[in-house]
Amino acid sequence: MDDALFPKGVKRCPLPEFLMKLGPVVALLIWGVVAMLMCWIKGLNQTNMNDAYGFAAWIWADLTVIALGGGAFFTGFLRYLIGKEKLKNIINFAVLIGFICYSSALLILAIDIGQPLRGWFIFWHANVHSMLTEVAFCLTCYFGVLTIEYLPLVLENRQIDRVPFFHNLTHHMHEVMPLFAATGAFLSFFHQGSLGGVAGVLFGRPFAFREGLFIWPWTFFLFTWSAAAYGPCFTIMLAKITEKVTGKRLIKDDVYDLLAKIAGWMMATYIVAKIIDTWYWATVTAPARGMTFMQFYSNNPLYGIWILILEIVIGGVIPAAILLTRKGRNTPFALMTAVVLGVIGVCVNRWVMVLQTLAVPVLPFEGWPMYYPSWQEVATTLLPVAYGIILVAFSYRYLPVFPQEAELNPIVSEPAAPPAPAPDTDAEPADAELSPAQA
Amino acid sequence: MFPFNFEWIWDMSHLVFMGGLWFALTILGLGMAYCIIKAVIDTAQGKGGGHH
Repeated sequence: MDDALFPKGVKRCPLPEFLMKLGPVVALLIWGVVAMLMCWIKGLNQTNMNDAYGFAAWIWADLTVIALGGGAFFTGFLRYLIGKEKLKNIINFAVLIGFICYSSALLILAIDIGQPLRGWFIFWHANVHSMLTEVAFCLTCYFGVLTIEYLPLVLENRQIDRVPFFHNLTHHMHEVMPLFAATGAFLSFFHQGSLGGVAGVLFGRPFAFREGLFIWPWTFFLFTWSAAAYGPCFTIMLAKITEKVTGKRLIKDDVYDLLAKIAGWMMATYIVAKIIDTWYWATVTAPARGMTFMQFYSNNPLYGIWILILEIVIGGVIPAAILLTRKGRNTPFALMTAVVLGVIGVCVNRWVMVLQTLAVPVLPFEGWPMYYPSWQEVATTLLPVAYGIILVAFSYRYLPVFPQEAELNPIVSEPAAPPAPAPDTDAEPADAELSPAQA
Repeated sequence: MFPFNFEWIWDMSHLVFMGGLWFALTILGLGMAYCIIKAVIDTAQGKGGGHH
């Protein structure tokens, strides 16, 4: 039905089957949209945010998708600026994931600010003393970069590419792409960092506060570093899931191996820096503010020392150790385990830096305020997941996201039909009695 | 925010923050303008047969 739109040399399932498989995801999307409209129409009283939790599930989701979307800027940096040519076979997918992550972050922010019609205030009435202003600027600009990087992929659709103007536009955009990639890397460095900086400068919150370099707390650098380390893991994880769902190999193993190796080294160096940072914070920074290390991990129903172990050891040391070995990278199960653990590690890190920071009591008479999200918060947080699956599905179906797909999955042509018997010239033609329409 | 807005102050914070924003937007705008203009010229010259 829609065969003419498929990329050249690949096979796709029939359209009805494709749409039917997306049914449950669309249902999830509708649930999220309903919750989103409730938040906009009825207000933020639909959430479980309160005086203790001005930042909650949405901000955690925001920080997490931005970190996981870091695969786009870092892969683009490696491909266009460092010259890792092999990564051209995964860059389209990394850009797609980055586009989904950043558009999701902006969508979540549009719900979180309560009055999206005033979203432009942050640009026009900017508070130039806030790290979050810088985040908003860089986030918006970088989303522009990702849109520009995603656009050529859309224009390379088989039918759109036939239009000479779009074909030429795609060609010239590819030429200028290193400039856009460099701009994206610059913007990403600052907004990833500033998201960490926001936590690090909270001098009234000893759990998050860190010393640093000039105006930047160490969390600034750790956030950028972790996004560059864990973002590619998320890209690999989703590429592997896409391969599982489609039942095809889409990217060659040497591409995975290179990206996983780089991610492994980034993760290993990050986790060493994180351990040093944690040790210094536990023994110097926090005690200087009258807190002991165990005060952050006791006398509450949720936050024990387990969360630190989950973040640093299980979500950091173990995946880094796996990705640093060739055997680990080349064993499918080990590679998948490493990238999943890495993704869990960065999710926990962002949760801790947002929600545990707010939970830890800072005054002697305070207890640990606990928080659980309302169903509207859960639904709106799952909304980007549904949207992301749908966009990946449509992009995979109609756009050349995976340049190696046709080579890895050659279409076997149907065996030629046996030669027809020679016509019996004496016999009456079979359709002699039929009307032209019946014939 | 622009220098002609009433909130504008000529200090380092405004220059760095807003200057950075304009800088990034200018690069993206000029980059895209270059691509579009080149594509229009190429198309007018009859280039672009639908194959890379």
